[in-house]
Amino acid sequence: MSGVKQDAPPVPARRALDAARAAVYRELLRQMVLVRHFEEKAGEAYAQGKIGGFCHLYIGQEAVAVGSLAALRPDDYVFTGYREHAHALVRGISARAVMAELCGKATGCSGGKGGSMHLFDVERRFLGGHAIVGSHIPLAAGAAFACKYRGTDQVAMCYFGEAAANIGAFHETLNMAALWKLPVVFVCENNRYGMGTALERASSVYDISQRSCSYQMAAETADGMDVVAMHGAAERAVTRARTEQVPTLLEARTYRYMGHSMADPIHGHYRTKEELEEQKLRDPIQMLRGQLQASGLLGEKEYAELEAGVRAEVEDAVSFADQSPEPDPRELFTHVVHE
Amino acid sequence: MEALSPTMEEGRVVEWLKHEGDAVVAGDVLAEVETDKAVMELQARGDGVLRKVLAPSGSTVEVGKLVAVIAGPDEDIAALIGGAAVPPRPATPPPAGPTASPPPTTQPMAPVAAGARHLKASPLARRLAGERGIELGSVAGSGPGGRVIRRDIDTLAAAPAPGVAVRGGGAAASAASFEDVPLTQIRKTIARRLAESLGPVPHFFLTTDVDMDRAWDAREALNGLGEEPRVSFNDLIVKVVATALTRHRECNAWWQGDAIRYFNDVHLGMAVAVDQGLITPVIRHADRKTLRQIATESRNLVERARARKLKPEEYTGATFSISNLGMFGIDEFTAIINPPESGIIACGAITQQPVVREGMLVVGRRMRLTMSCDHRVIDGATGARFLGTVRRMLENPLAMVW
Amino acid sequence: MPTLTYRDALNHALREEMERDPDVFLMGEEVGVYQGAYKVSRGLLQQFGERRVMDTPIAELGFAGIGVGAAMVGLRPVIEFMTWNFALLAIDEVVNSAAKLRYMSNGQLSVPIVFRGPGGAALQLGAQHSQALESWYAHVPGLKVVAPATPYDAKGLLKSAIRDNNPVVFLEGEMLYNLKGEVPEGEYTIPLGQAEVKRVGKDVTVICHSKTVATAEKAAQQLAADHGVEAEVVDLRTLRPLDTEAILASVRKTNRCVIIEEGWPFCGIGAQVCDEIQHGAFDHLDAPVERVTGADVPMPYNRSLERAAKPSVDAVIRAVRRAAYLD
Repeated sequence: MSGVKQDAPPVPARRALDAARAAVYRELLRQMVLVRHFEEKAGEAYAQGKIGGFCHLYIGQEAVAVGSLAALRPDDYVFTGYREHAHALVRGISARAVMAELCGKATGCSGGKGGSMHLFDVERRFLGGHAIVGSHIPLAAGAAFACKYRGTDQVAMCYFGEAAANIGAFHETLNMAALWKLPVVFVCENNRYGMGTALERASSVYDISQRSCSYQMAAETADGMDVVAMHGAAERAVTRARTEQVPTLLEARTYRYMGHSMADPIHGHYRTKEELEEQKLRDPIQMLRGQLQASGLLGEKEYAELEAGVRAEVEDAVSFADQSPEPDPRELFTHVVHE
Repeated sequence: MEALSPTMEEGRVVEWLKHEGDAVVAGDVLAEVETDKAVMELQARGDGVLRKVLAPSGSTVEVGKLVAVIAGPDEDIAALIGGAAVPPRPATPPPAGPTASPPPTTQPMAPVAAGARHLKASPLARRLAGERGIELGSVAGSGPGGRVIRRDIDTLAAAPAPGVAVRGGGAAASAASFEDVPLTQIRKTIARRLAESLGPVPHFFLTTDVDMDRAWDAREALNGLGEEPRVSFNDLIVKVVATALTRHRECNAWWQGDAIRYFNDVHLGMAVAVDQGLITPVIRHADRKTLRQIATESRNLVERARARKLKPEEYTGATFSISNLGMFGIDEFTAIINPPESGIIACGAITQQPVVREGMLVVGRRMRLTMSCDHRVIDGATGARFLGTVRRMLENPLAMVW
Repeated sequence: MPTLTYRDALNHALREEMERDPDVFLMGEEVGVYQGAYKVSRGLLQQFGERRVMDTPIAELGFAGIGVGAAMVGLRPVIEFMTWNFALLAIDEVVNSAAKLRYMSNGQLSVPIVFRGPGGAALQLGAQHSQALESWYAHVPGLKVVAPATPYDAKGLLKSAIRDNNPVVFLEGEMLYNLKGEVPEGEYTIPLGQAEVKRVGKDVTVICHSKTVATAEKAAQQLAADHGVEAEVVDLRTLRPLDTEAILASVRKTNRCVIIEEGWPFCGIGAQVCDEIQHGAFDHLDAPVERVTGADVPMPYNRSLERAAKPSVDAVIRAVRRAAYLD
């Protein structure tokens, strides 16, 4: 309740996973592994100069996107900030289309004109991809507003970091979302650091989900390193939005292994190597894998196959991007206005 | 020997800078000639070879007498050397238009070649002139700054004046009636500094008429001693002004914004015309130097000023300045103060005039001095007293050592 | 033909478009229960209900963003800013989201939104309530910017703006809302991107928009009556995209031009128009292009100072005389 720093409770060594949902869990694991590999390859491509500008990697946070997006329907809307490769992949944009976009190729999901921070796929209701911190929070509420306006039971899900919970757009939007009862889930990916500033130094309240009190909004804090817990929390919030048409502020406590972006050091200035190593002990992939194995739902061989499949998919995406053409120069002037 | 000033009667060849056998082009400085006022340059008026020098360095020649011959390398000049006096050619301006030779010195910025056109005309007027075959340069512009505008073309087309060049179509323009020359660095500096002066500095002006008879005789007598260097009027004025300043320290000062700096030393700046401009070399401690030192130094400074070889310490730091346009026949003029100095004396020509002496009309030599004063430092009475001292010393040179 | 105020012309446009298309809705501060801060939305809440006429808290950035989000998924929001001075708080959503989403998504998204409200000065409202910032928006590719001067133009242009699939910045004026003019009863729209010659003349082109159109017309009358000059008044109506052809056609005819605008001179709309003219009609210019603008100062409160800060009929006449070499 106060500003005292609190960590999420440790995961029990053995959680009995429901065998009936084995396929679901294996798919969650596969998606997390896909994201992990993809992000590692993206980091490599950036270091090779194939990706320019900014590149913000999601490594360590996989459980948040994977667990929460699993609670959505295909016709729900997704809005993210700029640390979005994971969300794009999990939402169903092919690894090829994402990697090609990062490399600026014409085959990218934004035709090479968006880049890492502006991935879009309207068919999959993936509406970006926004680079101004917190700017997309009202957009998500707007989409939710449209769902309610039209009388559908669609839902909008909005991802942002904990530092965005300090910006004006966040507060204005949460007020209106609660006031007007909009079907939107605000997922705050609290990885403890807004670029180089620790949460304690940026926020008067450490517990982000507390901010919901200002707006009389439902809230929950979930362990963002535990994909099963994430999934559960997301399902609760999505159901609330779909059936009661009210928003939820869902705080996911997570941790990023890499720096804020490829231009940021992994540790040293604002966090210690020790802290990083300690957090890695709760790696989301290893935790779920361990639980699946412990529950007898995933053997070594199956895991090896899963990993091999993911590696192949990511390698394929990389060569696809390498071989794809640059956009036609005339594309500079297309799609500025709707003709 | 050219009349390098309207009042010049004779000139002394100080030094030949070109020698027999040298190829010369129009504009080259052939020699330095001392007039009654200053050391002037004798320039070649045409191209050729300097075949013969007739007036050696140091000689004094009457205006109009032959001093040298420039001719083709094989041309027969025997008749000329025979001694026939060649009447001095009036100074002709260099031919205008695109065929003019390029300026001899390189300037740091010369974006437009000499002879290019900077005609002010509206784009519409230009187009209409082109369409109607009218020579734009010959149309008087009634717009601001002489801009040719549509109605000027329309009026012209309605009643073409005689003499207006109407092109036959497509031919290049004939001789220009003017020429724009881009500013050299020296011109820009002059413009900037003096514009900075006249605005903020509250000038007022004092004029006095000086009886130069005694000074004239004194100079003649001194130079008649035959010692080098010969003293010019300018040298005398430098010495007089410098001495007067030691007795009127309140005029030997700089405006410093929040204070006035009164100098104990006198460093006198002399305005010198150089190629394309003006520079003020400084004779330091002019009050303490003899006439001979002043004469030598001023000669040296002027020469190096013209050759652009002055070091900054040689043209800065003056506490007072003088400017002399007498050799150009100017009777009087007002000079602009060089900030942060607070005064400048402008000397006119020494002319023979009818004057009244002891009730009788006689011919006397007079020179007008005009002093420009910065009223923040010097007020009327102060300036008048100083100028009075200058006049007294010129009218009675021994007053300098009184 | 009936006469309507500019305010009512806008009201009718909103009403007609909301009747025509169920996806059109209005959102802003005081638009509903209060009937609109300037009464532009009078009666709309009663007719269309709370779902389509939404009162917002004071949260420009928030509700502008909500509007953009709704537009992204296919609704056609009309977002009212109580004045364009406050829209500065929302400029991130207008410029970074609305204007760019189509381009960044490579054509997958469109943002059919209208941001509207009064801009520029009224009377003695002070520096923070008197800004004419149309050039800020006209600067941005992806936006359209419209500034109608008359009731007829206001209605026709607002209808077109709502039907346009692009984000449109629609600039009205507190001093215009009471202006009366003829507005036909039937259905009509005015295309965006078209200027209009409000007065034909042969001696000088006077280019204007919004409140300065009335100034231009008054000046034109005086110029004809007292100075023997026939001015052609060109009302830009749309600032982005600019109707360059109309501008050039007029200047080619008259050979001289005066541009009037309410905003500040530096990088104002007039500066862009001037560039179009010097480039496209260079050989037709008999004089430099003159500009009459608001004074380059924050707007003062005092009545006389404020009057002096606004472009006046006298200033226009002086500028025309300069351009015509009459002085």
